Amino acid sequence: MTTGRTRQRERRAGWALAAPATAAMLVVTAFPMLQALWLSLFSYRLTNASAREFVGLRNYAVVLADPLWWQDVRTTVLVTIVTVSVELVAGLALALAMHRIAFGRRVVRTAILVPYGIVSVVSAFGWRFAFSSETGFVNGWLGLGDFAWFGHRWSALAVLCASEIWKTTPFVSLLLLAGLAQVPEELWEAARMDGATAWQRLWRVTLPAMRPAIAVAVLFRTLDAYRVFDGVFVMTAGAQRTESVSFLAYRQVIVRTALGLGSAVSVLLFLSVLLIAVAIVKGARVDLAGVRGAR
Amino acid sequence: MTRRAARLGWTAATLLVVAYALAPVAWIVSLSLKRGDDVHARRFLPSDWTLENYRAVFRTPLFTAALRNSIGISLMSTGVSVVLAALAAYAIARLEFPGRRWVLGTALAVAMFPVISIVGPLFELWRTVGLYDTWPGLAIPYLSFTLPLSIWVLTAHFRQLPWELEEAAIMDGATRWQAFREVMVPLAAPGVATAAILTFLFAWNDFVFGISLTSTDRARTVPAALAFFTGASQFQHPAASIAAAAVVVTVPVVALVLVFQRRIVSGLTSGAVKG
Repeated sequence: MTTGRTRQRERRAGWALAAPATAAMLVVTAFPMLQALWLSLFSYRLTNASAREFVGLRNYAVVLADPLWWQDVRTTVLVTIVTVSVELVAGLALALAMHRIAFGRRVVRTAILVPYGIVSVVSAFGWRFAFSSETGFVNGWLGLGDFAWFGHRWSALAVLCASEIWKTTPFVSLLLLAGLAQVPEELWEAARMDGATAWQRLWRVTLPAMRPAIAVAVLFRTLDAYRVFDGVFVMTAGAQRTESVSFLAYRQVIVRTALGLGSAVSVLLFLSVLLIAVAIVKGARVDLAGVRGAR
Repeated sequence: MTRRAARLGWTAATLLVVAYALAPVAWIVSLSLKRGDDVHARRFLPSDWTLENYRAVFRTPLFTAALRNSIGISLMSTGVSVVLAALAAYAIARLEFPGRRWVLGTALAVAMFPVISIVGPLFELWRTVGLYDTWPGLAIPYLSFTLPLSIWVLTAHFRQLPWELEEAAIMDGATRWQAFREVMVPLAAPGVATAAILTFLFAWNDFVFGISLTSTDRARTVPAALAFFTGASQFQHPAASIAAAAVVVTVPVVALVLVFQRRIVSGLTSGAVKG
Protein backbone atom coordinates (compact mmCIF):
# COMPACT_ATOMS: atom_id res chain seq x y z
CA MET A 1 0.00 0.00 0.00
CA THR A 2 2.68 2.47 1.08
CA THR A 3 5.08 1.30 -1.64
CA GLY A 4 2.29 1.77 -4.18
CA ARG A 5 1.79 5.33 -3.04
CA THR A 6 5.53 6.02 -3.02
CA ARG A 7 5.83 4.63 -6.50
CA GLN A 8 3.00 6.79 -7.72
CA ARG A 9 4.62 9.83 -6.16
CA GLU A 10 7.95 8.97 -7.74
CA ARG A 11 6.25 8.58 -11.08
CA ARG A 12 4.59 11.96 -10.79
CA ALA A 13 7.86 13.62 -9.67
CA GLY A 14 9.68 11.99 -12.59
CA TRP A 15 7.26 13.42 -15.09
CA ALA A 16 7.22 16.82 -13.43
CA LEU A 17 11.01 17.07 -13.65
CA ALA A 18 11.37 15.71 -17.18
CA ALA A 19 8.40 17.58 -18.64
CA PRO A 20 9.88 21.09 -19.03
CA ALA A 21 12.93 19.89 -21.00
CA THR A 22 10.87 17.52 -23.13
CA ALA A 23 8.23 20.13 -23.82
CA ALA A 24 10.90 22.70 -24.72
CA MET A 25 12.54 20.29 -27.18
CA LEU A 26 9.24 19.55 -28.88
CA VAL A 27 8.16 23.19 -28.98
CA VAL A 28 11.38 24.30 -30.70
CA THR A 29 11.51 21.46 -33.24
CA ALA A 30 8.25 19.58 -33.78
CA PHE A 31 6.10 22.71 -33.78
CA PRO A 32 8.10 24.63 -36.43
CA MET A 33 8.46 21.43 -38.43
CA LEU A 34 4.67 21.04 -38.56
CA GLN A 35 4.48 24.70 -39.47
CA ALA A 36 6.93 24.04 -42.33
CA LEU A 37 4.74 21.17 -43.49
CA TRP A 38 1.75 23.53 -43.51
CA LEU A 39 3.60 26.34 -45.30
CA SER A 40 4.86 23.93 -47.93
CA LEU A 41 1.27 23.53 -49.16
CA PHE A 42 1.03 27.19 -50.16
CA SER A 43 2.39 29.29 -52.93
CA TYR A 44 3.73 32.00 -50.68
CA ARG A 45 6.44 34.62 -50.96
CA LEU A 46 7.01 37.12 -48.19
CA THR A 47 7.57 39.86 -50.77
CA ASN A 48 4.08 39.21 -52.12
CA ALA A 49 2.22 37.96 -49.06
CA SER A 50 -1.26 38.89 -50.27
CA ALA A 51 -0.95 36.44 -53.17
CA ARG A 52 -0.68 33.51 -50.75
CA GLU A 53 -2.61 30.63 -52.19
CA PHE A 54 -3.20 27.00 -51.27
CA VAL A 55 -1.62 24.76 -53.90
CA GLY A 56 -1.58 21.34 -52.22
CA LEU A 57 1.44 19.28 -53.15
CA ARG A 58 2.42 21.38 -56.15
CA ASN A 59 5.54 22.79 -54.47
CA TYR A 60 6.82 19.24 -54.02
CA ALA A 61 6.15 18.49 -57.66
CA VAL A 62 8.05 21.63 -58.64
CA VAL A 63 11.05 20.75 -56.46
CA LEU A 64 11.20 17.10 -57.47
CA ALA A 65 10.93 17.93 -61.16
CA ASP A 66 13.77 20.44 -60.93
CA PRO A 67 17.21 19.18 -62.02
CA LEU A 68 18.76 21.64 -59.53
CA TRP A 69 17.28 19.72 -56.60
CA TRP A 70 18.71 16.44 -57.88
CA GLN A 71 22.08 18.02 -58.59
CA ASP A 72 22.19 19.36 -55.03
CA VAL A 73 21.21 15.93 -53.68
CA ARG A 74 24.01 14.34 -55.70
CA THR A 75 26.53 16.92 -54.46
CA THR A 76 25.44 16.44 -50.84
CA VAL A 77 25.55 12.64 -51.08
CA LEU A 78 28.97 12.80 -52.72
CA VAL A 79 30.37 15.08 -50.00
CA THR A 80 28.82 12.86 -47.32
CA ILE A 81 30.25 9.62 -48.71
CA VAL A 82 33.74 11.03 -49.31
CA THR A 83 34.06 12.79 -45.96
CA VAL A 84 32.56 10.04 -43.81
CA SER A 85 34.64 7.26 -45.37
CA VAL A 86 37.91 9.19 -45.18
CA GLU A 87 37.11 10.23 -41.61
CA LEU A 88 36.40 6.64 -40.61
CA VAL A 89 39.66 5.28 -42.02
CA ALA A 90 41.79 8.19 -40.77
CA GLY A 91 39.96 8.27 -37.45
CA LEU A 92 40.49 4.56 -36.96
CA ALA A 93 44.20 4.83 -37.78
CA LEU A 94 44.52 7.72 -35.35
CA ALA A 95 42.59 5.85 -32.64
CA LEU A 96 44.73 2.72 -33.06
CA ALA A 97 47.88 4.82 -32.85
CA MET A 98 46.67 6.67 -29.76
CA HIS A 99 45.66 3.37 -28.18
CA ARG A 100 49.12 1.92 -28.73
CA ILE A 101 51.36 4.74 -27.72
CA ALA A 102 51.40 5.63 -24.07
CA PHE A 103 53.85 8.45 -24.49
CA GLY A 104 52.61 11.17 -26.79
CA ARG A 105 48.98 10.17 -26.44
CA ARG A 106 48.23 13.24 -24.35
CA VAL A 107 49.98 15.51 -26.81
CA VAL A 108 48.08 14.05 -29.73
CA ARG A 109 44.77 14.20 -27.93
CA THR A 110 45.34 17.80 -26.97
CA ALA A 111 46.34 18.76 -30.51
CA ILE A 112 43.39 17.09 -32.22
CA LEU A 113 40.94 18.82 -29.91
CA VAL A 114 41.91 22.11 -31.57
CA PRO A 115 40.18 21.36 -34.90
CA TYR A 116 37.21 20.04 -32.97
CA GLY A 117 36.91 23.18 -30.82
CA ILE A 118 37.34 25.73 -33.58
CA VAL A 119 34.24 27.53 -34.86
CA SER A 120 33.23 25.95 -38.19
CA VAL A 121 32.90 29.29 -39.98
CA VAL A 122 36.42 30.22 -38.87
CA SER A 123 37.78 26.94 -40.17
CA ALA A 124 35.97 27.45 -43.48
CA PHE A 125 37.47 30.94 -43.83
CA GLY A 126 40.94 29.58 -43.04
CA TRP A 127 40.68 27.02 -45.84
CA ARG A 128 39.16 29.50 -48.24
CA PHE A 129 41.93 32.05 -47.71
CA ALA A 130 44.61 29.37 -47.94
CA PHE A 131 43.42 28.17 -51.36
CA SER A 132 42.29 31.49 -52.80
CA SER A 133 44.63 32.71 -55.53
CA GLU A 134 44.41 36.19 -54.05
CA THR A 135 45.33 35.57 -50.43
CA GLY A 136 46.51 31.98 -50.28
CA PHE A 137 49.84 30.24 -50.05
CA VAL A 138 48.76 26.95 -51.61
CA ASN A 139 49.11 28.12 -55.21
CA GLY A 140 52.49 29.62 -54.32
CA TRP A 141 53.67 26.36 -52.79
CA LEU A 142 52.35 24.13 -55.54
CA GLY A 143 53.37 26.49 -58.33
CA LEU A 144 49.82 26.65 -59.67
CA GLY A 145 49.91 30.32 -60.57
CA ASP A 146 46.42 31.82 -60.63
CA PHE A 147 44.48 28.56 -60.52
CA ALA A 148 41.03 29.36 -59.10
CA TRP A 149 40.23 26.52 -56.73
CA PHE A 150 36.72 27.81 -56.15
CA GLY A 151 36.08 28.44 -59.82
CA HIS A 152 35.60 24.77 -60.66
CA ARG A 153 33.19 22.23 -59.24
CA TRP A 154 35.68 19.47 -58.50
CA SER A 155 38.47 21.54 -57.00
CA ALA A 156 35.99 23.52 -54.88
CA LEU A 157 34.40 20.32 -53.60
CA ALA A 158 37.84 18.88 -52.88
CA VAL A 159 38.74 21.85 -50.66
CA LEU A 160 35.32 21.68 -48.98
CA CYS A 161 35.76 17.96 -48.24
CA ALA A 162 39.34 18.50 -47.00
CA SER A 163 38.20 21.15 -44.55
CA GLU A 164 35.32 19.00 -43.27
CA ILE A 165 37.65 16.03 -42.88
CA TRP A 166 40.24 18.12 -41.05
CA LYS A 167 37.68 19.43 -38.62
CA THR A 168 35.74 16.27 -37.79
CA THR A 169 38.25 13.41 -37.96
CA PRO A 170 39.28 14.17 -34.33
CA PHE A 171 35.73 13.62 -33.10
CA VAL A 172 35.52 10.30 -34.96
CA SER A 173 38.89 9.17 -33.61
CA LEU A 174 37.90 10.02 -30.02
CA LEU A 175 34.66 8.04 -30.37
CA LEU A 176 36.57 5.11 -31.85
CA LEU A 177 39.28 5.36 -29.17
CA ALA A 178 36.58 5.03 -26.51
CA GLY A 179 35.25 1.99 -28.38
CA LEU A 180 38.74 0.53 -28.64
CA ALA A 181 39.16 0.77 -24.89
CA GLN A 182 36.19 -1.60 -24.54
CA VAL A 183 37.87 -4.39 -26.52
CA PRO A 184 39.03 -6.97 -23.97
CA GLU A 185 42.82 -7.37 -23.93
CA GLU A 186 42.47 -11.18 -23.62
CA LEU A 187 40.86 -11.38 -27.05
CA TRP A 188 43.98 -9.85 -28.54
CA GLU A 189 46.31 -12.08 -26.59
CA ALA A 190 44.36 -15.18 -27.60
CA ALA A 191 44.51 -14.21 -31.26
CA ARG A 192 48.23 -13.56 -30.99
CA MET A 193 48.75 -16.98 -29.39
CA ASP A 194 46.90 -18.57 -32.28
CA GLY A 195 49.41 -16.96 -34.62
CA ALA A 196 47.17 -14.28 -36.16
CA THR A 197 49.03 -11.51 -37.93
CA ALA A 198 48.49 -7.89 -36.93
CA TRP A 199 46.30 -7.40 -40.00
CA GLN A 200 44.17 -10.47 -39.15
CA ARG A 201 43.83 -9.34 -35.56
CA LEU A 202 42.57 -5.97 -36.75
CA TRP A 203 39.94 -7.44 -39.08
CA ARG A 204 38.90 -10.48 -37.07
CA VAL A 205 39.17 -9.23 -33.49
CA THR A 206 39.40 -5.48 -33.12
CA LEU A 207 36.92 -4.27 -35.72
CA PRO A 208 34.11 -6.73 -34.85
CA ALA A 209 34.50 -5.88 -31.17
CA MET A 210 34.34 -2.18 -32.00
CA ARG A 211 31.22 -2.51 -34.13
CA PRO A 212 28.94 -0.53 -31.77
CA ALA A 213 31.36 2.41 -31.61
CA ILE A 214 31.86 2.39 -35.40
CA ALA A 215 28.10 2.29 -36.00
CA VAL A 216 27.54 5.26 -33.69
CA ALA A 217 30.34 7.22 -35.38
CA VAL A 218 28.89 6.49 -38.83
CA LEU A 219 25.39 7.48 -37.72
CA PHE A 220 26.42 10.80 -36.21
CA ARG A 221 28.88 11.78 -38.88
CA THR A 222 26.63 10.83 -41.81
CA LEU A 223 23.73 12.89 -40.50
CA ASP A 224 26.07 15.76 -39.74
CA ALA A 225 27.78 15.63 -43.13
CA TYR A 226 24.45 15.47 -44.96
CA ARG A 227 23.50 18.79 -43.37
CA VAL A 228 26.70 20.48 -44.67
CA PHE A 229 26.10 24.22 -44.83
CA ASP A 230 28.69 26.49 -43.20
CA GLY A 231 31.56 25.47 -45.48
CA VAL A 232 29.46 25.82 -48.62
CA PHE A 233 28.26 29.26 -47.54
CA VAL A 234 31.73 30.59 -46.79
CA MET A 235 33.71 29.01 -49.64
CA THR A 236 31.48 29.14 -52.72
CA ALA A 237 27.99 30.26 -51.65
CA GLY A 238 26.80 27.39 -53.80
CA ALA A 239 28.44 28.60 -57.01
CA GLN A 240 30.02 26.22 -59.55
CA ARG A 241 27.40 23.58 -58.78
CA THR A 242 28.67 23.08 -55.23
CA GLU A 243 25.33 23.80 -53.58
CA SER A 244 24.21 21.43 -50.83
CA VAL A 245 20.60 20.62 -50.01
CA SER A 246 20.77 22.67 -46.80
CA PHE A 247 22.06 25.63 -48.76
CA LEU A 248 19.24 25.29 -51.27
CA ALA A 249 16.72 25.39 -48.41
CA TYR A 250 18.42 28.48 -46.96
CA ARG A 251 18.50 30.23 -50.33
CA GLN A 252 14.82 29.62 -51.03
CA VAL A 253 13.55 30.50 -47.56
CA ILE A 254 15.80 33.36 -46.42
CA VAL A 255 17.34 34.87 -49.55
CA ARG A 256 14.36 34.53 -51.90
CA THR A 257 11.80 34.52 -49.01
CA ALA A 258 9.88 31.90 -50.97
CA LEU A 259 8.42 30.38 -47.84
CA GLY A 260 6.16 27.93 -49.65
CA LEU A 261 8.69 26.43 -52.03
CA GLY A 262 11.49 26.71 -49.46
CA SER A 263 9.40 24.86 -46.89
CA ALA A 264 8.88 22.04 -49.37
CA VAL A 265 12.67 21.79 -49.73
CA SER A 266 12.99 21.86 -45.90
CA VAL A 267 10.46 19.06 -45.50
CA LEU A 268 12.21 16.97 -48.15
CA LEU A 269 15.54 17.55 -46.40
CA PHE A 270 14.01 16.48 -43.10
CA LEU A 271 12.56 13.35 -44.70
CA SER A 272 15.88 12.39 -46.27
CA VAL A 273 17.69 12.82 -42.94
CA LEU A 274 15.03 10.65 -41.31
CA LEU A 275 15.42 8.05 -44.04
CA ILE A 276 19.21 7.96 -43.63
CA ALA A 277 18.91 7.69 -39.85
CA VAL A 278 16.44 4.79 -40.05
CA ALA A 279 18.54 3.03 -42.70
CA ILE A 280 21.73 3.25 -40.61
CA VAL A 281 20.03 2.30 -37.35
CA LYS A 282 18.35 -0.74 -38.95
CA GLY A 283 21.23 -1.63 -41.26
CA ALA A 284 24.02 -1.46 -38.71
CA ARG A 285 21.74 -2.54 -35.87
CA VAL A 286 22.96 0.44 -33.85
CA ASP A 287 22.38 -0.15 -30.18
CA LEU A 288 20.43 2.97 -29.30
CA ALA A 289 20.43 2.01 -25.64
CA GLY A 290 24.20 2.39 -25.89
CA VAL A 291 23.91 5.68 -27.72
CA ARG A 292 21.69 7.11 -25.06
CA GLY A 293 24.18 6.33 -22.36
CA ALA A 294 22.04 3.60 -20.82
CA ARG A 295 24.43 1.37 -19.01
CA MET B 1 63.13 -2.83 -36.54
CA THR B 2 65.02 -1.91 -33.43
CA ARG B 3 63.26 -0.32 -30.51
CA ARG B 4 65.00 2.94 -31.10
CA ALA B 5 63.85 3.09 -34.70
CA ALA B 6 60.30 2.25 -33.61
CA ARG B 7 60.36 5.02 -31.06
CA LEU B 8 61.66 7.43 -33.65
CA GLY B 9 58.88 6.36 -35.99
CA TRP B 10 56.20 6.99 -33.37
CA THR B 11 57.68 10.37 -32.52
CA ALA B 12 57.62 11.34 -36.18
CA ALA B 13 54.01 10.17 -36.48
CA THR B 14 53.05 12.16 -33.38
CA LEU B 15 54.67 15.29 -34.75
CA LEU B 16 52.91 14.76 -38.07
CA VAL B 17 49.51 14.53 -36.39
CA VAL B 18 50.20 17.61 -34.29
CA ALA B 19 51.24 19.53 -37.40
CA TYR B 20 48.10 18.34 -39.22
CA ALA B 21 45.92 19.56 -36.37
CA LEU B 22 47.59 22.90 -35.88
CA ALA B 23 48.65 24.00 -39.38
CA PRO B 24 45.31 25.57 -40.43
CA VAL B 25 45.13 27.41 -37.10
CA ALA B 26 48.71 28.63 -37.49
CA TRP B 27 47.78 29.83 -40.97
CA ILE B 28 44.86 31.94 -39.70
CA VAL B 29 47.06 33.44 -37.00
CA SER B 30 49.78 34.17 -39.55
CA LEU B 31 47.28 35.79 -41.92
CA SER B 32 45.94 37.97 -39.11
CA LEU B 33 49.46 39.35 -38.53
CA LYS B 34 50.09 40.38 -42.13
CA ARG B 35 50.38 43.99 -43.06
CA GLY B 36 48.87 45.59 -46.18
CA ASP B 37 49.85 43.93 -49.44
CA ASP B 38 51.69 41.15 -47.69
CA VAL B 39 48.31 39.38 -47.75
CA HIS B 40 48.82 38.78 -51.47
CA ALA B 41 52.41 37.53 -51.17
CA ARG B 42 51.33 33.87 -51.51
CA ARG B 43 53.47 32.93 -48.57
CA PHE B 44 52.50 31.17 -45.38
CA LEU B 45 54.30 33.48 -42.97
CA PRO B 46 54.10 37.27 -42.85
CA SER B 47 57.28 39.05 -43.98
CA ASP B 48 56.69 41.75 -41.42
CA TRP B 49 54.16 41.21 -38.68
CA THR B 50 51.77 43.72 -37.16
CA LEU B 51 48.95 43.83 -34.62
CA GLU B 52 47.15 46.51 -36.60
CA ASN B 53 44.43 44.08 -37.75
CA TYR B 54 43.51 43.32 -34.15
CA ARG B 55 43.34 46.98 -33.21
CA ALA B 56 41.19 47.58 -36.27
CA VAL B 57 38.64 44.86 -35.56
CA PHE B 58 38.21 46.03 -32.00
CA ARG B 59 37.48 49.50 -33.35
CA THR B 60 34.81 48.06 -35.66
CA PRO B 61 31.35 48.31 -34.04
CA LEU B 62 30.10 45.47 -36.27
CA PHE B 63 32.56 43.13 -34.60
CA THR B 64 32.38 44.31 -30.99
CA ALA B 65 28.56 44.22 -31.09
CA ALA B 66 28.69 40.70 -32.52
CA LEU B 67 31.09 39.60 -29.81
CA ARG B 68 28.73 40.92 -27.14
CA ASN B 69 25.77 39.20 -28.83
CA SER B 70 27.61 35.89 -29.16
CA ILE B 71 28.60 35.86 -25.49
CA GLY B 72 25.16 36.91 -24.26
CA ILE B 73 23.12 34.60 -26.44
CA SER B 74 25.38 31.59 -25.85
CA LEU B 75 25.26 32.13 -22.08
CA MET B 76 21.49 32.56 -22.19
CA SER B 77 20.84 29.31 -24.03
CA THR B 78 23.48 27.45 -22.00
CA GLY B 79 21.87 28.55 -18.73
CA VAL B 80 18.36 27.54 -19.75
CA SER B 81 19.47 24.22 -21.27
CA VAL B 82 21.59 23.14 -18.35
CA VAL B 83 18.90 23.92 -15.75
CA LEU B 84 16.12 22.16 -17.69
CA ALA B 85 18.41 19.27 -18.62
CA ALA B 86 19.64 18.82 -15.04
CA LEU B 87 16.05 18.39 -13.81
CA ALA B 88 15.27 15.92 -16.58
CA ALA B 89 18.54 14.02 -16.16
CA TYR B 90 18.00 13.73 -12.41
CA ALA B 91 14.56 12.23 -13.06
CA ILE B 92 15.89 9.83 -15.69
CA ALA B 93 18.87 8.69 -13.63
CA ARG B 94 17.21 8.55 -10.25
CA LEU B 95 13.45 8.02 -10.50
CA GLU B 96 11.37 5.13 -11.80
CA PHE B 97 8.78 6.44 -14.18
CA PRO B 98 7.36 5.14 -17.42
CA GLY B 99 8.48 7.22 -20.35
CA ARG B 100 12.01 7.98 -19.28
CA ARG B 101 13.30 6.02 -22.27
CA TRP B 102 10.91 8.03 -24.35
CA VAL B 103 12.41 11.29 -23.06
CA LEU B 104 15.92 10.08 -23.98
CA GLY B 105 14.68 8.87 -27.35
CA THR B 106 13.21 12.31 -28.02
CA ALA B 107 16.51 13.96 -27.11
CA LEU B 108 18.35 11.67 -29.50
CA ALA B 109 15.89 12.26 -32.36
CA VAL B 110 15.99 16.03 -31.80
CA ALA B 111 19.81 15.96 -31.84
CA MET B 112 19.75 14.49 -35.35
CA PHE B 113 17.27 17.06 -36.58
CA PRO B 114 18.38 19.23 -39.54
CA VAL B 115 18.03 22.72 -38.05
CA ILE B 116 17.86 24.42 -41.43
CA SER B 117 14.43 22.81 -41.89
CA ILE B 118 12.82 24.97 -39.20
CA VAL B 119 14.50 28.23 -40.18
CA GLY B 120 11.67 29.18 -42.55
CA PRO B 121 8.75 28.89 -40.11
CA LEU B 122 10.81 30.56 -37.35
CA PHE B 123 11.70 33.39 -39.72
CA GLU B 124 8.02 34.04 -40.34
CA LEU B 125 6.88 33.47 -36.75
CA TRP B 126 9.63 35.63 -35.22
CA ARG B 127 8.73 38.51 -37.51
CA THR B 128 5.11 38.31 -36.39
CA VAL B 129 5.80 38.08 -32.64
CA GLY B 130 8.73 40.52 -32.63
CA LEU B 131 11.49 38.05 -31.79
CA TYR B 132 13.28 38.49 -35.11
CA ASP B 133 16.76 39.98 -34.61
CA THR B 134 16.68 39.72 -30.79
CA TRP B 135 18.72 37.70 -28.26
CA PRO B 136 15.86 35.39 -27.23
CA GLY B 137 15.05 34.99 -30.92
CA LEU B 138 18.32 33.07 -31.25
CA ALA B 139 18.59 31.59 -27.76
CA ILE B 140 15.23 29.80 -28.10
CA PRO B 141 16.01 27.98 -31.38
CA TYR B 142 19.46 27.11 -29.98
CA LEU B 143 17.62 24.91 -27.48
CA SER B 144 16.93 22.51 -30.36
CA PHE B 145 20.55 21.38 -30.25
CA THR B 146 21.75 22.49 -26.80
CA LEU B 147 19.02 20.68 -24.83
CA PRO B 148 19.58 17.19 -26.27
CA LEU B 149 23.33 17.59 -25.74
CA SER B 150 22.93 18.68 -22.10
CA ILE B 151 20.38 15.97 -21.32
CA TRP B 152 22.62 13.36 -22.82
CA VAL B 153 25.82 14.42 -21.04
CA LEU B 154 24.09 14.97 -17.70
CA THR B 155 22.16 11.69 -17.74
CA ALA B 156 25.38 9.76 -18.43
CA HIS B 157 27.06 11.60 -15.54
CA PHE B 158 24.21 11.32 -13.04
CA ARG B 159 23.93 7.58 -13.66
CA GLN B 160 27.49 7.08 -12.45
CA LEU B 161 26.99 8.96 -9.19
CA PRO B 162 26.95 6.97 -5.95
CA TRP B 163 23.39 7.80 -4.94
CA GLU B 164 23.71 5.42 -1.93
CA LEU B 165 25.62 8.22 -0.24
CA GLU B 166 22.44 10.25 -0.16
CA GLU B 167 20.58 7.44 1.63
CA ALA B 168 23.49 7.06 4.02
CA ALA B 169 23.38 10.75 4.92
CA ILE B 170 19.64 10.50 5.57
CA MET B 171 20.28 7.48 7.84
CA ASP B 172 22.78 9.63 9.72
CA GLY B 173 20.07 12.17 10.44
CA ALA B 174 20.28 14.60 7.56
CA THR B 175 17.05 15.79 5.99
CA ARG B 176 16.39 14.80 2.37
CA TRP B 177 17.18 18.33 1.18
CA GLN B 178 20.38 18.52 3.27
CA ALA B 179 21.52 15.17 1.93
CA PHE B 180 20.87 16.31 -1.61
CA ARG B 181 22.53 19.69 -1.20
CA GLU B 182 25.53 18.74 0.96
CA VAL B 183 26.34 15.36 -0.55
CA MET B 184 24.98 15.04 -4.06
CA VAL B 185 25.30 18.56 -5.46
CA PRO B 186 29.11 18.69 -5.02
CA LEU B 187 29.39 15.28 -6.68
CA ALA B 188 27.20 16.34 -9.57
CA ALA B 189 28.93 19.69 -10.11
CA PRO B 190 31.72 18.48 -12.46
CA GLY B 191 29.16 16.87 -14.77
CA VAL B 192 27.11 20.03 -14.83
CA ALA B 193 30.26 22.03 -15.65
CA THR B 194 31.08 19.66 -18.52
CA ALA B 195 27.56 19.95 -19.90
CA ALA B 196 27.72 23.73 -19.62
CA ILE B 197 31.05 23.95 -21.48
CA LEU B 198 29.95 21.66 -24.31
CA THR B 199 26.62 23.42 -24.62
CA PHE B 200 28.32 26.81 -24.74
CA LEU B 201 30.68 25.56 -27.49
CA PHE B 202 27.78 24.35 -29.61
CA ALA B 203 25.87 27.60 -29.17
CA TRP B 204 29.01 29.65 -29.91
CA ASN B 205 29.52 27.67 -33.12
CA ASP B 206 26.03 28.22 -34.56
CA PHE B 207 25.86 29.79 -37.99
CA VAL B 208 22.55 28.72 -39.57
CA PHE B 209 20.28 30.48 -37.07
CA GLY B 210 22.73 33.37 -36.73
CA ILE B 211 22.52 34.40 -40.38
CA SER B 212 18.84 33.53 -40.86
CA LEU B 213 17.18 35.10 -37.84
CA THR B 214 19.14 38.35 -37.48
CA SER B 215 19.58 41.37 -39.70
CA THR B 216 21.48 43.98 -37.68
CA ASP B 217 24.00 44.52 -34.87
CA ARG B 218 21.23 43.96 -32.36
CA ALA B 219 21.58 40.21 -32.32
CA ARG B 220 24.01 39.17 -35.05
CA THR B 221 26.55 36.71 -33.65
CA VAL B 222 30.24 36.53 -34.55
CA PRO B 223 30.08 33.65 -37.08
CA ALA B 224 27.26 35.47 -38.89
CA ALA B 225 29.07 38.81 -38.69
CA LEU B 226 32.25 37.25 -40.14
CA ALA B 227 30.30 36.24 -43.23
CA PHE B 228 29.26 39.86 -43.75
CA PHE B 229 32.59 41.39 -42.81
CA THR B 230 34.15 43.43 -45.59
CA GLY B 231 37.22 44.69 -43.79
CA ALA B 232 37.83 46.99 -40.87
CA SER B 233 39.01 49.82 -43.09
CA GLN B 234 39.22 50.46 -46.79
CA PHE B 235 43.01 50.19 -46.67
CA GLN B 236 43.02 46.61 -45.56
CA HIS B 237 42.14 43.44 -47.34
CA PRO B 238 39.15 41.87 -45.59
CA ALA B 239 41.03 38.58 -45.30
CA ALA B 240 43.44 39.95 -42.71
CA SER B 241 40.64 41.56 -40.69
CA ILE B 242 38.50 38.43 -40.86
CA ALA B 243 41.50 36.38 -39.77
CA ALA B 244 42.09 38.66 -36.78
CA ALA B 245 38.42 38.50 -35.79
CA ALA B 246 38.52 34.72 -36.25
CA VAL B 247 41.51 34.41 -33.94
CA VAL B 248 39.76 36.53 -31.31
CA VAL B 249 36.73 34.22 -31.24
CA THR B 250 38.81 31.06 -31.51
CA VAL B 251 41.33 31.63 -28.75
CA PRO B 252 38.87 31.58 -25.81
CA VAL B 253 37.05 28.45 -26.99
CA VAL B 254 40.20 26.57 -27.83
CA ALA B 255 41.59 27.52 -24.41
CA LEU B 256 38.39 26.28 -22.79
CA VAL B 257 38.59 23.01 -24.70
CA LEU B 258 42.23 22.45 -23.80
CA VAL B 259 41.84 23.31 -20.11
CA PHE B 260 38.85 20.99 -19.72
CA GLN B 261 39.99 18.40 -22.26
CA ARG B 262 39.60 15.39 -19.99
CA ARG B 263 36.02 16.25 -19.10
CA ILE B 264 35.11 17.20 -22.64
CA VAL B 265 36.42 13.95 -24.09
CA SER B 266 34.59 11.88 -21.51
CA GLY B 267 31.47 14.01 -21.86
CA LEU B 268 31.48 13.57 -25.63
CA THR B 269 32.09 9.86 -25.63
CA SER B 270 30.29 8.84 -22.45
CA GLY B 271 27.12 7.16 -23.43
CA ALA B 272 28.14 7.18 -27.06
CA VAL B 273 29.82 3.85 -26.53
CA LYS B 274 28.28 1.18 -24.43
CA GLY B 275 30.25 0.58 -21.28
